[in-house]
Amino acid sequence: MEIIDYTKTQPLLVGNPAAKEIDESIAAPIDRPYSKKYLMALTVTLTMLLIGVVALYYTFRYGIGMWGNNIPVGWAFDITNFVFWIGIGHAGTLISAILFLFRQRWRTSIARFAEAMTIFAVICAGLFPLIHLGRPWFAGYIFPVPNQHGLWVNFNSPLVWDVFAVSTYFTVSLMFWYIGLIPDLATLRDRAKSKIKKAIYSIFSLGWRFSNRHWQHYEKVYVILAGLATPLVLSVHSIVSFDFAVSILPGWHTTIFPPYFVAGAIFSGFAMVITVLIVVRRVFNLSHIITIDHFDKMAKVILVTSSMVTYAYIMEPFIAWYSGHPIDWYTVIYRATGHYAVAFWTMVTCNVIVPQLFWFRRIRRSIPALFSISILINLGMWLERYVIIVTSLSRDYLPSAWHIYKPTLTDFGILIGSFGLFFTLVLLFAHSLPVVSMSEVKSVNEHAQPDLHLGEDHAG
Amino acid sequence: MRDDRLYGIAALFDNPDKVLLAAKEVAEGGYKKFDVYTPYPLHGMDNAMKLKQSKVGIVTLISGMIGVVSALLFMWWTNSVDYPLVIGGKPLFALPNYIPITFELGVLFGSVSTVIGLLIIFLNLPRNSHPLHDTNFMKRVSSDKFGICIEAADPLFDANTISNWFRKLGAESIEEIYYRPEYISLRQAIFDPKYIGAIILVALISSGATYFTLNEILFMRPWTSLNEQDKVLPETRSKFYADGFAMRPPVEGTVARGQLPYFFSSNEMKAAESYMVNPLLPTKRVMEIGQRDYNTYCSPCHGYQGNGDSRLRGQFPNPPTLHSDTLRKAPDGHFYQVITDGFMGIMPSYARQISPDERWAIIWYIRALQKSHNVKG
Repeated sequence: MEIIDYTKTQPLLVGNPAAKEIDESIAAPIDRPYSKKYLMALTVTLTMLLIGVVALYYTFRYGIGMWGNNIPVGWAFDITNFVFWIGIGHAGTLISAILFLFRQRWRTSIARFAEAMTIFAVICAGLFPLIHLGRPWFAGYIFPVPNQHGLWVNFNSPLVWDVFAVSTYFTVSLMFWYIGLIPDLATLRDRAKSKIKKAIYSIFSLGWRFSNRHWQHYEKVYVILAGLATPLVLSVHSIVSFDFAVSILPGWHTTIFPPYFVAGAIFSGFAMVITVLIVVRRVFNLSHIITIDHFDKMAKVILVTSSMVTYAYIMEPFIAWYSGHPIDWYTVIYRATGHYAVAFWTMVTCNVIVPQLFWFRRIRRSIPALFSISILINLGMWLERYVIIVTSLSRDYLPSAWHIYKPTLTDFGILIGSFGLFFTLVLLFAHSLPVVSMSEVKSVNEHAQPDLHLGEDHAG
Repeated sequence: MRDDRLYGIAALFDNPDKVLLAAKEVAEGGYKKFDVYTPYPLHGMDNAMKLKQSKVGIVTLISGMIGVVSALLFMWWTNSVDYPLVIGGKPLFALPNYIPITFELGVLFGSVSTVIGLLIIFLNLPRNSHPLHDTNFMKRVSSDKFGICIEAADPLFDANTISNWFRKLGAESIEEIYYRPEYISLRQAIFDPKYIGAIILVALISSGATYFTLNEILFMRPWTSLNEQDKVLPETRSKFYADGFAMRPPVEGTVARGQLPYFFSSNEMKAAESYMVNPLLPTKRVMEIGQRDYNTYCSPCHGYQGNGDSRLRGQFPNPPTLHSDTLRKAPDGHFYQVITDGFMGIMPSYARQISPDERWAIIWYIRALQKSHNVKG
């Protein structure tokens, strides 16, 4: 194992590549024609997407009776998937906004990709409330538009808050991502050989000229957007958790939900970033830009958030016991021993026990270990939402209404389809836009910044 | 090349220190119309160029506040003014519940207008016709070199002096940037009629598409699948029944609610008088209904007071007064029979206009009129 001198600032890129080399290696996948491997991967994801489309066809043709949902389990796979995908998105905003505010320069190599994943994950997430309606063309009524009934939406409902939170989140993430892309699109414009490509890049780079008078405003806006996106990302998952916490269902009606959900979202999001980046860095030869140090740091974030989630797992039964509420306590027992005990204990294993391996530096820096642990965490976090939603609903206050939920093939089809959509978008993105921010990575290279200190500049 | 105009002189430097020093020199040399071009923002460059702090934050502050205030006002207006609705026992204006949406709209307004303001107001983008585009200079600063360009529009501009000066400052290469005024305009492109036309076109297409989707497409198959169900509607055909009607006649002898046929025929006045009793009590409500219906249906001929003074000016024969001794002593059933069946072919039946209960109410009102005209002294 290599020895690291922690008393010095570590270089962020391996081998101090020249700016031109950075451009070359990041733009390489865009310039190359489609490889066989890429097309095979795209076939797989498109097949998954097709499965989802078929499942959706059945859903809309015959109604949501095709799903396993039945009262009282009115929410099941659909809302589980919604919460899961929204959570996946949160790592992107954490990396691009929160780490930016904390001046974590290592974020530059992974921010672009994580932001793209945010957008794709929110697209996947946004589909589920629509599908859940059964008649998605009525979704427009959730927005406060004037209608012939003279009625407005219920602004007291967390479901309406959700609509505002998720659509704001999507808009802000998309703008943040696009603003970051503009200089890179301009670089690609100047590299482009074919006329069509050049025209496309010219349009989308808006005629960016790398002028310092522009950079000055641009950097300011970047800070402002990061400052707005940071509370936004916390609010989005808090509001998602209100969907549950504001109800009176045992196991949902708890005040710990907002922070618990936010920590869980970042936890699962980082796991997904690791899963996807390991593949991308391998396929596109970016291991000198997305280094093992990045994975090391992300593993540490996972360890921290895993501990927060663990704390919430312990606190839930404690409060159920401490409150003396017999039905709350029953929910705790039911989760651990009832029909969904397998899902519960898999979730505990994946989210609490497995991430503890990241205490070991050797595991944090081993790609196969990272890859398998990150997949386990994703599984665990999906199961967490499933356990929360399904166990509480299937055993509520009214024993005569109790019902055991069993997913159907259509449920699984839509879940597979959402993964298909996500990975298709990821693959298309990886082949058409720079997966790493060129301008940001260049700026954190060694000797990229002036060594001269012209007096007042570095007063802080 | 005669028409080409000089835009400026651009120098490329190969490291950030040199360009920083050069920019400082240029700014101190009194030049105003110059700019530094770098592949990524350089620390300290803003100070070296003597740039004022960016004011873009003001846009965020103002528009964010507009977002917050308009969200609150909108929620207050919809739920407290336009359609006041108590939800979950909360006050009409439930501030704690409105905080999430207020926050989200503050962020949305703030960030969207910051980005739009940045691109359009602060950066003058989009702009793909600029003298620097497609030059060797731009191709290098977009990748790995650092450049300075002093524009010909600067009052201190002098091509030779500047070239020599740049060389002294350590420039790697120096380029004179020309442009053709007929292709490249230095004016703001946003007011170009073509651009405005394109914007209007996009607005028309998108609003048209939205209208078409909401008003046409959503009323087509399969969106209307719930309206088209396997059931029969009234007044339609049915292949199931031999007669081809979807509607079935009721079972023989069926009587609809409140539609019991009148029991006595026209020549059974005696029986009607002796068997029928007014089922209503003379409450205030019954008297009011009786008065209303008497004034509507009876008074045109019988007069408001029941004196038989028709308002119809002799177009119909005048009925007798209701205050005669015969009629004062007649039982309630007599009146009921007359209203229901008509009288002697002169007064028609009012059974279609006046329901049985209303007839009894009218009878109570007639009794009241009779009493009021025959008060014993």
